[in-house]
Amino acid sequence: MAYKKPEFKAQYENFIGGEWVAPVDEKYFEAISPVDNKVMAKAAQSNKKDVALAVKAGYKAFETWGKTSVTQRSTVLNKIADAMEANLEMLAIAETWDNGKAIRETINADLPLAIDHFRYFAGVIRSETGTVTDLDANTVSQEIHEPLGVVGQIIPWNFPILMAAWKIAPAIAAGNCVVLKPAEQTPISIMMLMEVISDIVPAGVINIINGFGPECGKPLALHPDLKKIGFTGETTTGKLIMQYASENIIPVTLELGGKSPNIFMESIMDKDDAFFDKAIEGLVLFAFNQGEVCTCPSRALIQESIYEPFMARVLERVKAIKRGSPLDESCMMGAQASTDQYEKILNYIDIGKAEGAELLIGGNKAAVEEFPDGCYIEPTIFKGNNKMRIFQEEIFGPVLSVTTFKDIDEALEIANDTIYGLGSGVWTRDVHEMQKLTRGIEAGRVWSNCYHLYPSHASFGGYKKSGIGRETHMMMLNNYRHTKNVLTSYDENALGFF
Amino acid sequence: MATERVTSTEAANKIIDQLREEHGTELMFHQSGGCCDGSAPMCFEVGDFMVGSRDVKMGEIHGCEFFMSPEQFEYMKATHLTIDVVKGRGSSFSIEIPLGVRFIAISRLYTDEELANLEEIEID
Repeated sequence: MAYKKPEFKAQYENFIGGEWVAPVDEKYFEAISPVDNKVMAKAAQSNKKDVALAVKAGYKAFETWGKTSVTQRSTVLNKIADAMEANLEMLAIAETWDNGKAIRETINADLPLAIDHFRYFAGVIRSETGTVTDLDANTVSQEIHEPLGVVGQIIPWNFPILMAAWKIAPAIAAGNCVVLKPAEQTPISIMMLMEVISDIVPAGVINIINGFGPECGKPLALHPDLKKIGFTGETTTGKLIMQYASENIIPVTLELGGKSPNIFMESIMDKDDAFFDKAIEGLVLFAFNQGEVCTCPSRALIQESIYEPFMARVLERVKAIKRGSPLDESCMMGAQASTDQYEKILNYIDIGKAEGAELLIGGNKAAVEEFPDGCYIEPTIFKGNNKMRIFQEEIFGPVLSVTTFKDIDEALEIANDTIYGLGSGVWTRDVHEMQKLTRGIEAGRVWSNCYHLYPSHASFGGYKKSGIGRETHMMMLNNYRHTKNVLTSYDENALGFF
Repeated sequence: MATERVTSTEAANKIIDQLREEHGTELMFHQSGGCCDGSAPMCFEVGDFMVGSRDVKMGEIHGCEFFMSPEQFEYMKATHLTIDVVKGRGSSFSIEIPLGVRFIAISRLYTDEELANLEEIEID
């Protein structure tokens, strides 16, 4: 079954202070769908003036939202989740059209995970507490949480609605107001989400402005009244965000990607059972979301004793990946998100060949009959060594680099020979190997006998050059609030110094 | 003559000229890594992006200095970069984005002759 192309408006305004507001300079840019490489709608081309309006609207709302009870904030988050659920299919189709990813992923992963994120933070803020400590018989210390104010968030294009949920839900749950800028490649689906929840969220608590990085993202990151900036993207912009944040001395959360190792120990082939089947899929997950995932398991490290038989089974599974129209529910891989990404990925395939890596499968553009101009690439696997560029640089496409290792020490050495440390995977039936590998890998997330699971109540973030701070899990609330200490003395007597 | 590690196409030079005129200032490049729009060159006004004290200057393209982090240079030093431009809607803070084009880095291995004339770059 194929879903129909959704109805888009001709143009989408900014969402500021609870209203749909045209950009001050009345400029718009064309949002292109990678599904067919054609214009789907126009989005606001905002600049400094629109940023100023959005931050101002955020502060107006913060006067009440920052003092709203957790009960009420929790209710709003739950209502957002309910409204998203009621419109799940529409939002999923919009997301597929905006980003190019397969509809079965948006329906079964992106939207349900985003919905759960609002419910999770609605839940945890009801049950968590500050602390009160009797420091001595007459001195009591209270640690109290207070929101920061208006926070800025710049999100990526690979999971537009889910990344918005990851950033918005904890920020508003903690009592902040948000000014969020979606990515230029995917400016539309989130505006459709705002249409769905605009009557639920108090005016000014969530403000969304579209625009280009240098014109809109930069003034947002530099706004003197911003109390925090969160960014997901690449390293050079990450450095700029930190540099801008240093101007105003505000905290940053950065999620900057990775080159995640996925380690397969020989014991996975002890039996040809359900677990071995799971391990095969665990490797093929490099093609999930067309490889456009910060945690894409883009380096597979396979114990040399099982390399040949394991790869034979893997290649069968890769051959079975069904491509086609992303709106067809049987399609497993959709389009790459934009033409520049498409060109970049194809160049990395050329680099892999030039560096002498052995091409095991794929390596070409892919054609989808219905959309001849879309950005489609075959799932591609190279065998090579970890010093090659395709093993060290994030390609952000369906390109896997495979190498082998002799023993657990060599596996760890290769796994950690990267400047990044975001995701990683470990596959084994041996609990002792499991412990050594999971604790030896330098990365913020180790998937152990699984991959690409993103539950709300599990922290996510990077070691090394992969970023600063964590997302998801209730610990994220503390990234979005101050701790105030109220220290009270019940002693009637002076200190005695003066 | 020493081998150039990074060069640019005519199309890229045209965009550099256009940006120079629009911004009224000299420009520079920094090669990005990481996810989303990473692994691509970023163009900024000189003075906007704070170049790291250990960043490596790869060379100049059309009068603009081109830098990358020493960690990236370590594995990119064996390949020559050609900076080109493609139509496309990139994100990031790179200043060509509003023009609806995106600078990209195309890599190739050096020829033996180029390798023989490659100047060493010392990393701190």
